Amino acid sequence: MTAAPDAAPGAVLPAPRRRPLVGLARAWRRLPPTAKVGAAILLFWVVVVLTIQLWPLADPLKMVGRRLQEPSAEFWLGTDALGRDVFARTLHGAVWSIPIAFVVVACAVAIGSALGAVAGFFGGWWDSIIMRLVDVTVSFPPILLAMAVAAMLGPGLLNASIAMIIVWWPIYARLMRAQVLEVREREHVEAAVAGGAPSGRILVVHVLPLCWTPTLINATMDFGQVVLLAASLSFIGLGATPPSPEWGSMISEGATRFYNWWIAFGPGMAILSVVLASSFLGDGLRDLFDRRSA
Amino acid sequence: MLAYIARRLIAIPFLLLGVASVSFLLSQMTKGDPLAALVPERMMDNPEIVAAVKAQWGLDQPLPVRYGIYISNLLQGDLGTSFATRRPVAVDIAERLPATLELVFAAMIIGTIMGVGLGLLSARFRGSVFDGLARIFALIGSSLPIFWSGLILLYLLSVRVALVPGTGRLPPRVEPPPDVTGFYTVDALLAGDLDLFAQALAHLALPALVLGWAVSGVITRLVRSSLIEGLSQDYARTARAKGAPERVVLINHALRNALIPLLTILGFTFAYLITGAVLTEAIFAWPGIGSYAVRGAASLDYPAIGGVTIVGSIAFLLANLLTDIAYAWANPRIKVGG
Amino acid sequence: MSAPLLDIADLRVSFRNDRGEEAEALRGVDLTLEPGKVLGVVGESGSGKSVAMMAFLQLLPPTARISGSARFKGEQLVGMSPSKIRRIRGKAVGCIFQDPLSAFNPVITLGDQIIEAIRLHDRSITRRAALKEAERLFELVAIPQPARRVRQHPHEFSGGMRQRAMIAMALANSPDLLIADEPTTALDVTVQAQILDLLGDLRKELGIGLILITHDLGVVAGMADDIAVMYGGRVVETGPTDPIFYETAHPYTAGLIDAVPTLDADGPLRQIEGTPPSIFSRPPGCSFHPRCGRAQAICMTEDPPLRRLGAGRCACHFPVRTPQEAPA
Ligand SMILES: Nc1ncnc2c1ncn2[C@@H]1O[C@H](COP(=O)(O)OP(=O)(O)OP(=O)(O)O)[C@@H](O)[C@H]1O
Ligand SMILES: [Mg+2]
Repeated sequence: MTAAPDAAPGAVLPAPRRRPLVGLARAWRRLPPTAKVGAAILLFWVVVVLTIQLWPLADPLKMVGRRLQEPSAEFWLGTDALGRDVFARTLHGAVWSIPIAFVVVACAVAIGSALGAVAGFFGGWWDSIIMRLVDVTVSFPPILLAMAVAAMLGPGLLNASIAMIIVWWPIYARLMRAQVLEVREREHVEAAVAGGAPSGRILVVHVLPLCWTPTLINATMDFGQVVLLAASLSFIGLGATPPSPEWGSMISEGATRFYNWWIAFGPGMAILSVVLASSFLGDGLRDLFDRRSA
Repeated sequence: MLAYIARRLIAIPFLLLGVASVSFLLSQMTKGDPLAALVPERMMDNPEIVAAVKAQWGLDQPLPVRYGIYISNLLQGDLGTSFATRRPVAVDIAERLPATLELVFAAMIIGTIMGVGLGLLSARFRGSVFDGLARIFALIGSSLPIFWSGLILLYLLSVRVALVPGTGRLPPRVEPPPDVTGFYTVDALLAGDLDLFAQALAHLALPALVLGWAVSGVITRLVRSSLIEGLSQDYARTARAKGAPERVVLINHALRNALIPLLTILGFTFAYLITGAVLTEAIFAWPGIGSYAVRGAASLDYPAIGGVTIVGSIAFLLANLLTDIAYAWANPRIKVGG
Repeated sequence: MSAPLLDIADLRVSFRNDRGEEAEALRGVDLTLEPGKVLGVVGESGSGKSVAMMAFLQLLPPTARISGSARFKGEQLVGMSPSKIRRIRGKAVGCIFQDPLSAFNPVITLGDQIIEAIRLHDRSITRRAALKEAERLFELVAIPQPARRVRQHPHEFSGGMRQRAMIAMALANSPDLLIADEPTTALDVTVQAQILDLLGDLRKELGIGLILITHDLGVVAGMADDIAVMYGGRVVETGPTDPIFYETAHPYTAGLIDAVPTLDADGPLRQIEGTPPSIFSRPPGCSFHPRCGRAQAICMTEDPPLRRLGAGRCACHFPVRTPQEAPA
C-alpha cells in the first residue's frame, strides 16, 4: 500500500475545528429525521424552562377553578383535587425535571469520566480501587440504590439528585476507562510519553479530547432515563414534595384519584415526550458517529 | 467460559460484601445518627428500647466494631426491625417475596413472548407498516413511566370497561390458596381450585402485562436487529440455497443465533424488571417487597428499605450469574473451546 | 448434441443503492453447461462471478433487479415464483460457498444442517433416516468417524473438513448441478488440492454438472471442460479449456495466465497492472481498456461484442490471436 505522505500516522490527530458552527450545521443535516424530532422536543422543553414566566399560564400553586374539572376549553387538562390548573402545572413541572436531569447527568459524567480516565490511564491500584467501586455500585438494582440513598439522606430534590448521581456515575466511569485504554495505545500518545511529557498533561491534552463520543451519546440517551427516575422517586415520595408541580409527584396525586385520570395524564405525557426525545436523539447521534468512524 | 463463570462465582461473595458495606455506610449516615436508622422516632424516648437496640447493633462501639456486628447480624439474616410493622424485616420480606417473584416471572414471560414475537414479525416484514407499528409499540413500552401507564390502564380496563379486577392479588376477603410455592396462581392449581386460579390470574394479568410491556421494548429492539443481521449472514444464504423458505430461515437459523444476544441482555432486563416491579407494585397495591420498600420510603422506615435493597441486590447478582450460565449453555462455540 | 443443463443468455443484474441509483453488476452474460460437464468461471474479484450464480438462483437481496434468461433443464428460472425456485434450490442445484465457517450456521450441528437440507425437500424421510444419510454423505466426502462428526458444530471442524461437510450437504439430494463458488479460496494451499480432487472425483462418479468459480486459472486448468472468463460484469472470453490456454485471444485472459504460478518460473509473478473497475464507475467503451496494453482509440468508446473466434468466443477489438484464424 502506498500512503500519501500527509496520511502519516501523526496526521490522524483531529485538526482543531476552526468553525464549530459550520461543523454543527453539517452534523445537523446528517441527523435522521427522528433525531431531529427528538432534538426539537428537547429544545421545546428547554425553552419552556427558560421562558416560563412569560407564558400566559395560571398560577400552578393557586386554586383557579372548581376542583376536579374534566379537561375543557378553559382548563385544557382539567383541574386537580385542589382546583389547580393541570396544564399550567405540567408546563411548570419542566422547571423542576429538566434542570435536575441536566445537573444529574452533568455531575455523573464529570465524576464518572474523571474516575474512569484516572483508572484507565494510570492503571494499577487506581484502576483496581475505582473499578471495584464501580462493580459494587452496579450490583444494586438502580431504583433500590436510589431509594436507599435518597431515604437515608432524607427526602428532597437535592438528596434525590445525589442519589441519582450515585446510580449513574459508574456507567460513565466504565465508558471513559474503555475509551482511554484504547486511545492510550495510539501512536501520538506513545510519542508524547516517549517525549517525556508529564502524564497528567498527556491525559488531558492528548487522550481525553479523543474520548468523548460514547460519553456524549450515552449522556443524551440517559437524559430521559434520569427524568424518568427522578419522577419515580418523587412518585414514591422521595423527591419533590407535594405542592410543587413536579411530574412524578403530580402523578402520585393522580394515583390516589385515578377516576380523575386527567390529573396524571399531562405529566405522564410530558415524561414520555422527554424520554422518547432523548432516545431518538441519542440513537441519531450514535448513527452519525458510527457512520463517521466506519 | 467455564473459567469465566467460575471467576464470576468467586466474585459474588465479594460483591455482596461490597453491597453490605455500602448499606452499612448508608445506615451510618442517616440523619447523622445511626440510631435513627434502627429506632423509629416516636420510640426514641423509650430508654429500654434504645438501650436494647444499641446493644444489639453495638452502637456504643467504635465504627469498625459496629461494622463487624452489622455484617454478622446480616449473616444471621437479621436485617433489623421494621418501624412500620414492628416485625423483623427479614420475616416481612420472606412473606412478601413470593408475590414479587410471581409478578416478575409472569412479566418476564409476557415480555419475552411479546418481545420475541414482535421482533420476529417486524424482522419478517421489515420496512412495512407493521414493522413501523411494532417498533413504535416497543419504543413506547420502554419509554413510558410505568407508574403512569399502570395507572391509566387500570383506569381504562378496570374502571371504564371492567375487563380486569382492581388492585391486589385477590379480591377482598378471598382466602389465598394453601401455601406451597407462594405463587397464588400455581398454588390454586395445586389445590385444584380453578375458581381461585382464575381470580388470581385475573389479578395478575394487568400488572404483569404493564411490566411485561415495559420489558418487551428492549427485547423487541434486540431481537429485531439480531434477526435482520442474521438474515444477511452467509448461513442464511446457505439455508436459502438449500431451498429453505424465508420463514424457516428466520426461525431455524436467524432466531437460533439471536438467542445468544437475547440471553446476554436478560440480565440487563432484570434490572429493568426490578425497577418496574417496585413501581408497578405501588400502583397495583401488590403485596410484594417493592410496595414494601415504597411504603418504607414514604414513612422513612430505614430498616425496610435497607433490607429490600440488600435482598434485591442478591437477586440481581444471581440473575446476572444465571444469564452467564445460560449464555455459555446456548453458545456451542464456548462449551468445548474453554 | 444433448440439450444443455444450464443455458444462460443475456443475464443482467443491477443493484439499487440507498440513494436510489442503479448500477449494473452484470451486463448481459451468456453461459452454457452440458450435463455432467465442468464449466470454470474465472475472473478477478468484483467481476460478477458470484452475482451471476446467485442471480439465476434468486439468492440476491431484494435490491437486485434481474433480467434476461436462465434455462435450467429447459425451465426458465428468471422470474420463477419463489415457491417453485425453492424446489430447485438444494434439490436439483447444490451450492458450495467460499468460506465454510460462515456459510454454516454456528449454533446448529452439521448433522442437523444436513438433515434440514434433506427434509426440506422430502418430509417423508424421518429424522433418523436423514441422519443415517448424513453419515453416509460424510463417508462419501471422506470425513473420518462420520457417526461422531455429524453431532459436532462447525467450529469443531478444521477448514478442510468443513468444506468437505459443505460438499456433503450440497450433494444431499443428488443434484444435477453443483455450483462451487471459490470453494478453496479460504483454505490452506495443501488442503486446496485435496478438496479440488474430491470435488472432481465425486462429480465424475455421480455424473453431476459443475460450475467452478475461481479467480485462479490454474485451478480450473486441469478440471474444466469449458472456461468462461469474466471481467466488469461481462464474459470477455469463453470456449473449451485447451484453446483458452494455448490460443488465448483476450488480453485479459493472457494476463490471468501470466499470473498463474508455475513451478519452473523464476522471478516474481506477473500481475495485471491496475485494479478492476467498480460497478459505479465503469469506464466507457471496453471496460478493460485502462489496464490493457493493446488499447487504441476505439476501445475507449465502443464496447466490443462477444464474437466467435476459433473454437471459442471473445470480446475484444484487438484479440491477441492472429485475426486470420477467426472466420469472418
Ligand atoms: N448486494 C449487492 N449490492 C450491491 N452491489 C453488489 C451486491 N453484490 C455484489 N455487488 C457488486 O457486484 C459486483 C460483482 O460482485 P461479485 O460478488 O459477483 O464478484 P465476484 O466476481 O464474485 O468477486 P469475488 O472474487 O470477490 O467473489 C461487485 O462490484 C459488487 O460490488
Ligand atoms: Mg464471489
